[in-house]
Amino acid sequence: MLDKMIYLDNSASTRLDEKVLDAMKPYYFDTYAVATSEFGYSMGIDAKEGLEEARKIIASSIGATAEEIVFTSGETESSNMAIKGVVAALKKKKGEHIIVSKLEDFAVLNTAKNLEKQGYSVDYISVDAEGIVDLEELKSKIREDTVLVSIQHANQEIGTLQDLDAIAKICKEKDVLFHTDATHSYVRVAIDVSKTPVDLISMSAHTIHGPRGVGALYVRKGTPLIKWMDGGYQETDRRAGLENIPGAVGFAKAVELVTEKETKFLESLRDYTIERVFEEIPHVTLNGSKTQRTPQNANITFHYVEGESMTLHLDMRGFAVSTGSACFSRSLEASHVILGIGGDHERAHGSIRFTFGRYNSMDDVDAVVDAIKEIVSQLRAISPLYNK
Amino acid sequence: MKFPYTEKVLEHFKNPRNVGKLENPDGKGLEGSPACGDMVAVYLQVNPDTQIIEDIKFESYGCASNIATASIITELAKGKTIEEAKKISWQEATEELGGLPPVKAHCSVLAVEGLRAAIRDYEEKHGLVSEQEPTTVDVIRSRLKHVMNPMAGLDIIRTELVTKMEINDGVVRVLIDLPSNHQFAANIKEEVTEKLESLWDVNEVNVVFTE
Repeated sequence: MLDKMIYLDNSASTRLDEKVLDAMKPYYFDTYAVATSEFGYSMGIDAKEGLEEARKIIASSIGATAEEIVFTSGETESSNMAIKGVVAALKKKKGEHIIVSKLEDFAVLNTAKNLEKQGYSVDYISVDAEGIVDLEELKSKIREDTVLVSIQHANQEIGTLQDLDAIAKICKEKDVLFHTDATHSYVRVAIDVSKTPVDLISMSAHTIHGPRGVGALYVRKGTPLIKWMDGGYQETDRRAGLENIPGAVGFAKAVELVTEKETKFLESLRDYTIERVFEEIPHVTLNGSKTQRTPQNANITFHYVEGESMTLHLDMRGFAVSTGSACFSRSLEASHVILGIGGDHERAHGSIRFTFGRYNSMDDVDAVVDAIKEIVSQLRAISPLYNK
Repeated sequence: MKFPYTEKVLEHFKNPRNVGKLENPDGKGLEGSPACGDMVAVYLQVNPDTQIIEDIKFESYGCASNIATASIITELAKGKTIEEAKKISWQEATEELGGLPPVKAHCSVLAVEGLRAAIRDYEEKHGLVSEQEPTTVDVIRSRLKHVMNPMAGLDIIRTELVTKMEINDGVVRVLIDLPSNHQFAANIKEEVTEKLESLWDVNEVNVVFTE
C-alpha cells in the first residue's frame, strides 16, 4: 500500500489547483455580493467585474466573444440547456428531429432519450471500431425537419476525438445547428469557433483542475435557444439563478493554468502507459483510436479478467482508476461506449480507464503498471476463461 | 475502507480459499458467462463410499462478490456429504460473509449454482439421481436457462434465442435463432451440449442453427 492514493481517474474529476482556490477566495470572503448593475453598490459591481473578466477568458479560449458564453453548473446542465433550448426554439419552425452519436455522455444520451419519450424523433449515429462517427451516415440521416446534431468532441471513456471541422461543415451545409460536448477535450485540444462553425459547446471546469459545479455553454450569436429553467434574468436572460461567481472565476483561472507543455506531458504519460502495458502484459486491447485521442486518456481491456475485481485490487494497493464493467456501475450495465464500438460484454467488463492530470508523474505510471501486471496475472490464474 | 463490502468479503476476495482446478474431477459445474459479467466453475472430488466432498476447488471470472461467495461456498461444502452440500443456500453463504450489497445478489448466486451444478453432474455421472425423471421439454428449458446469450448478457431462453426444443427416443434437438457462422455459434453449441448430454436418458444432442 502506498503512502498516498495515486489518482488516475482525472476524467471523472480532478484535484483543484491551489492557485484556482486562491483566485476564488476573495469572491467568497470579500467580494461576495451578487453581480449588480452599474448603479448598484460597489461590492456587487466588483463581483460583476470578476464574473465578466472570467467570461472573457473562457470566450477567448475558444475564439468566441464574451456575450456568447453562458455560465452553468457544468457539463450536464450545458448539454441539457443546448439540446432542450434548441428543440424548444425550433419545434414549430422547423421540426422535431435530432441526431446524436451512440457514444455520448449520459448528459446528452439521456436528454435525447427523454425527448424521444416526449415524441421527438431521435437518430443515434453509429461509430467505427475506434469510436469515430460515421460521417456518411450522419449526412444521410439529416432531414428537412432536423433541428440539431449533437456529437461530442472527445469521448469520456475511450478518449476518441471526433473531426469537429468535418461534422460542423456537414451541419452548416445542411443548415442544421451543431452542438458538441467538449468536456473531455476543452483547452487540451484546440477549438476555434471563428474557424469551425459549431453553434453550441458544453464545457466544464472540473476536468481541468477547476472547481466542481461550474461550467459554461458557448452559444453562437443568433442561435435560437429558449431558456429551459425559469427564474430570474441572469446571464442575459438565458440562465435563471444567481451566478456562481467564485466558481466562474475559478474556472477562468483553471483555463489560464493549462499550458501546451502540460498537455504534451499528459500525452507522454498516456503513451508510456500504453507502451508498457502492451509490451509487458499479454492479451490486451486498446479501446479507442490510436491517433485521434485525448492527451490524458488510456483505456485498455485486460482479457479474461473482470474490471471491478481489478479496480478493487488496485484500490487496495493505492490506485484509483475506473472500468466499464457492469459490476462497477450502479445500473449494472456494461459500458455503452465499449459495446458501441463493437466490443462484446467481455471486452467491456475487462476494460480499465487510466486518465491523467497535472499531479501525476511517470513514477505513477510505473507504479500502476507494475501493480496491474501482478493483479492481472493473479486474476487470470483463477479465471475459468484463461487458458493456463 | 469504505467499500459496500464487509471485511470478511474483502478478506475472501483478497485471499480466496480453494482456488484452482481439479484434474479429472468427480463432478464439475460451470455457471454464468463472460457476457453477463460473471462466471464460476466448481470442481468436486467425492469419496464414493462416504459421499463426502473431500476436495473442492473453484475458478472465477467475476467481481469481488462473486469471488468471495465462491470462496466461502467451497469452505462450507468441504467435508460435507453431497446431500448436506446440496442444502447450502445463497442466504447461508451471504450470512457467513456478513452480508452482501443487494445489487450484487446475482453475482454471488452464481457460486451457489456452480456448486449445485457440480453436485448434479456428479450424481448424474454416478447414477445417483434418485428419481430418474424422463427428460421433457421443460427439463431442457430449465437446463438451457443456464446458457448465456453473449450478445445480451442474459440466458438463451429469456432472450428467445431458442426457437424450438424437442426430444425423441433420447435424441434432443435444439433450434437456435442464429446463423451457424455467427461468432458465438460454436460457443453456444458447446454450452448447450454440455448442459444436456449428461441427462440420464439423453443419447444425442443436436444443435441446429438457422441459415
